[in-house]
Amino acid sequence: MSKTVRIAAGQGFWGDWLEAPVRQVRGGPIDYLMMDYLAEVTMSIMQKQKSRDPDHGYARDFVPLMERILPDLASQRFRVISNAGGVNPRACAEAVIGAARKLGLSAQVKVALVSGDDILPRLDELLAAGHEMRDMDTGRPLSDIRDQVVSANAYIGMAPVVEALGRGADLVITGRVTDTGLTLGPLVHEHGWGRDDWDKMAAGTIAGHIIECGAQASGGNLLKDWRKVKGLADPGFPIVEVAPDGSFVVTKHSNTGGVVSVASVSEQLVYEMGDPHNYITPDGVADFTSIRLKQAGKDRVAVSGIRGGPRTDKLKVSIAYHYGWKAVGTLVYSWPEAYDKAKAADKILRQRLKDLGLEFETILTEFVGVNATHGPLADRPTGREAEVQLRVGVRSNDKKAVERFSREIAPLVLTGPPSVTGFAGGRPAVEEIVAYWPALIDRTVVEPHVHVEVLNA
Amino acid sequence: MPSARKKAHRPTGPQARQVQLRWLAHARSGDKGDTANVGLIALQPEWYELIRKEVTLARVKAHFKGMVSGVERFELPNLWALNFLLHGALDGGGTISLKTDAQGKVYSTALLRMRIPVPAAILRSLPTQAKQAKG
Repeated sequence: MSKTVRIAAGQGFWGDWLEAPVRQVRGGPIDYLMMDYLAEVTMSIMQKQKSRDPDHGYARDFVPLMERILPDLASQRFRVISNAGGVNPRACAEAVIGAARKLGLSAQVKVALVSGDDILPRLDELLAAGHEMRDMDTGRPLSDIRDQVVSANAYIGMAPVVEALGRGADLVITGRVTDTGLTLGPLVHEHGWGRDDWDKMAAGTIAGHIIECGAQASGGNLLKDWRKVKGLADPGFPIVEVAPDGSFVVTKHSNTGGVVSVASVSEQLVYEMGDPHNYITPDGVADFTSIRLKQAGKDRVAVSGIRGGPRTDKLKVSIAYHYGWKAVGTLVYSWPEAYDKAKAADKILRQRLKDLGLEFETILTEFVGVNATHGPLADRPTGREAEVQLRVGVRSNDKKAVERFSREIAPLVLTGPPSVTGFAGGRPAVEEIVAYWPALIDRTVVEPHVHVEVLNA
Repeated sequence: MPSARKKAHRPTGPQARQVQLRWLAHARSGDKGDTANVGLIALQPEWYELIRKEVTLARVKAHFKGMVSGVERFELPNLWALNFLLHGALDGGGTISLKTDAQGKVYSTALLRMRIPVPAAILRSLPTQAKQAKG
């Protein structure tokens, strides 16, 4: 039990760099390729796709990626773990098996699928049994918006991943398994850690947190000395080498771009951080104030000292619900006095919306180039700006009002302030808002439904 | 920058000077619903104590006045870092938000605009640009 386990991140989100997983597999030895696809809003997008086509509802670009990697997987000794299954892990697993068959590799590849996180079919039953699933931020009970719910998935921990690996799976495809559970699972499987060894659970969780956003831990989006980060045309995605005692090294393959430094790992550690003493996952509670980082060579950061506490009796539920409609329109005004022209246009637009009697929950105006990202903290405009983009968004539960707004942008070109351009894209799209409702539910009503199935390719 | 803001924090010593945090720290931010977080990390471990002392809850609240509804502050001395939760910062957040920065990705740099008084000993090790009023 003295070996370290090498887990390589292949994707940091649905839409990440497609070359990364292939390079992780071919750039040096790894034991596991971990690919995280699911963000807060991803499940609702997948649910929408599934409602249009029952064979959809997962990260479909995962399949052509696997097609490229399956020959490597068949000849080497690494395994793949991914939550690419989204709201339809079965369809995802079957598509991957189809790809293996096409390549003549079906005998060499064992695919497991993890299901049971989807509680949408049981939602009414759960509500009736007294599970209120109140919004963790606002305290509202789910019954307030029950009719608008699009998807509902519990965040599942590492347990089914461990089971799938124990049953010999080469490829584990899950639904809403936590980002960190995808990394902790293989560590529990390989090192035989006790599931109540809370320091180890925290260590594996933090290893997972560091690599779950891909290159964001290895030089991508790194603010400190950003000009000195070289080779981002070919960034090395992060790899953790985890020892049986839970200490680990963050690194990347040699001959790749980017950097693994105390700074790059620290920035990823604080990303999306809440209370650092209590990073809650289904597998335990990690204490980020216990982490010790040390540069241990070029592109190697040693991580140790991690402490954790017992898991709670709740699981987080990710619920998506129909909220309303929105549209965002933009126009570009040029020098001279670009900002003043854009401001005048905004005033005219708002007057017209008012005269039309349109009501919105919010009308938000930003001036890109002046204050869009830093608001009142930004330096005051000088009047010498080459151009300023007027960006106006509206939100309403009245679709017609939003549609009418989307027809009020273009007329400003000929009926408003001068020196305006940038309307090549046509009318702003009217988008449905599917919003996120975070809630908690008793673990005991979810976990018995979690199921691992090993499919024979 | 309006002069009222500069006067808000007087230097603590005779040689102290107001310096923008961008010269003393790096940062990354992310989101959870309508809350943005900013992790602020000292560029040099020996600057952490200054940042811990000067980047107080009250000052961060004042810095983001009108942009957020509430602030929480946590210390991570092991990473030479502070973590701030900026509540109500994202116009509803996620898919609801109409903001360009709907997921709070660059609230990090907005915090780096803040100025804190820096004593002479640390000032000496900063680049010239850091000591200019416009920074």
